Amino acid sequence: MAEVEVREIRKTFGAGNPAVDGISLTCEDGEYLVLLGPSGCGKTTLLRMIAGLEHPTGGDILIGGRSVRGLPPRARKIAMVFQSYALYPHKRVEQNISFPLEAQGLSREERLEKVKWASGLLGIGHLLQRKPRQLSGGERQRVALARALVREPQVFLLDEPLSNLDAKLRASARLELKQFQQRVGISTIYVTHDQVEAMGLGDRIAVLNLGRLQQIGTPEEIYHQPANTFVATFVGSPPMNLLQRDGKIIGFRPENVELEKEAASRDDATIIRSRVLRVENLGADRYIYLRVKDDKGDTNIIAKLPIDHPLKVAADDDADLVVRRRHLRVFDRESGAKVAA
Amino acid sequence: MSEPAVRRRTVIIDESFRVHHLLDRESVLGPVMLAPLLVYLVALVGLPLLLVIYYAFTDATTGSSAFSFTGLDTFQKTLADPVFRTALRNTVVFTLVAQVVVIVLATILGFVLSADFRGKWVVRFLILLPWTTPVALSALSWLWMLDSLFSPFNWILGSLHVIDEGTPVAWLGEDSLAVASVIGLQAWRTLPLAAVILMAGLTSIPPELNEQAEVDGAGFWRRFFDITMPLLAPIMMVAILFGIVATFTDMAAVYILTRGGPGYATQVLGSWSFYTGIQGGSLAQGAAIGIFMFPVLLGVCILMLRRASQTDVV
Repeated sequence: MAEVEVREIRKTFGAGNPAVDGISLTCEDGEYLVLLGPSGCGKTTLLRMIAGLEHPTGGDILIGGRSVRGLPPRARKIAMVFQSYALYPHKRVEQNISFPLEAQGLSREERLEKVKWASGLLGIGHLLQRKPRQLSGGERQRVALARALVREPQVFLLDEPLSNLDAKLRASARLELKQFQQRVGISTIYVTHDQVEAMGLGDRIAVLNLGRLQQIGTPEEIYHQPANTFVATFVGSPPMNLLQRDGKIIGFRPENVELEKEAASRDDATIIRSRVLRVENLGADRYIYLRVKDDKGDTNIIAKLPIDHPLKVAADDDADLVVRRRHLRVFDRESGAKVAA
Repeated sequence: MSEPAVRRRTVIIDESFRVHHLLDRESVLGPVMLAPLLVYLVALVGLPLLLVIYYAFTDATTGSSAFSFTGLDTFQKTLADPVFRTALRNTVVFTLVAQVVVIVLATILGFVLSADFRGKWVVRFLILLPWTTPVALSALSWLWMLDSLFSPFNWILGSLHVIDEGTPVAWLGEDSLAVASVIGLQAWRTLPLAAVILMAGLTSIPPELNEQAEVDGAGFWRRFFDITMPLLAPIMMVAILFGIVATFTDMAAVYILTRGGPGYATQVLGSWSFYTGIQGGSLAQGAAIGIFMFPVLLGVCILMLRRASQTDVV
């Protein structure tokens, strides 16, 4: 177990824009750090550099306080789970799990014991004699985790391990992943483009875009105090509403909106005139699509209200949006960075 | 004036429609497309094969159209012939040794071909070149390369003072050198296909598997023998089977390079069958010699077909 630190790390492929453009961050000992960003943001490249599968163009990587820049993957004491799980198709589950141990040169007895321990921990003891193609998606994930676990690594690196599972399985697999990490207490760096996964799994989330770190913080910080408009719109579903007003960008979450037919002006809230375009009933919530005028012209925004909340407006009505000041975030119009309200 | 023109146009449209309609039917189109291949297979492979089997049980010669059925007589004569036994042994040995050489080199070349580097297409082109050259042509150029007087090998070895320039090596004149030369030619000409097949096999292995193994702590050799080779094995089998067929049945290389000599040192089934049956005139015995290739080729075919039906590689 160790802390992982990357310092000003950069990676350029060919002549194009850098895939990773000077990122510095630390994954504390035992922490579950999620790298979140859209595809092409550099999150997988960053993970592969930590694993040693890509060589950084610049910067340094430290695992447990020691620079591993010159070390091959096998010397870094890391374990990685790929998106496809990369199980060896010609080996039985047992051989898959014991492969890293063979490479370490452990005796047969030691290997058997560790395979038994890891497969017991993940509840796959009954699958040891199967070939990977005879396993379901969830079972494959557990085999991949068991193979990662037997090495007793300092760090787990997980590259979108849930994206190959169907939606139903994903929720239970997420729970399993989290429980597993809490039990073994090993520092974990987890790459995903799914903000729900990130919010649910991460002790902290690092949001990446265009090869740069946008914000790092707890899920609450990322959600409620986004550092810039990118984070504000990437995290949250539906995303934060952004309006251009008085030379600034103001933002508020869809669930932090109240709708009234005619709102009296108040000190603790901003009131915005809007027109209801459509009301969508989603079971537990309603999405209300609204059009408001801002500095740019017409902008569409979404309000999200619980279904038991009495709705006083209907489509094609005019309505007043009431956003409390404490829910209002303000961003710079040029840079998109957060500024004081 | 306008009426006949209109009527003619209608007829043309009808006609083309009918042809289209006919070829649209799979029951018509299928046989039409298959017919050329079937004619070729029956006329140039099937019938000759049946004829060979038939002749082998007779005393047919090229000199006369009359022949009689002699049972297993020809086979007994063939088996008793020491040259035949040399040819049989040579065929097996040449094929096996050439294929071992080919598989080792083709695996290396497969890695080279699937790697990414500048000037890759030049290397690919050079590797594929021997495959695109007809056997007869390439054998002729090898004949010159191995000529005792004009061989560039002798010139290079002489310049390096490995051999005495005054007494050049007779590459095709000494038993062991001639054998090595024929094996070399067979390996050289079947190498490109094997290399391309193995390249395809290597590129079909997901790169994560090797990366995973790297992270799992495996060094190059462990990754090669424990991950790459087992995954490559099925496709390597295909390359080997193709190589066996090409080498086992070939007579052009021996015919052009050594004529089976010196003595009978490089005689193989293909060439000996040709010399006996066509040049020697003993059609029956030539056929009998050729038939000895049949069991091996049958076995290879069965393996190939079985391989083709096993698609659960990954």
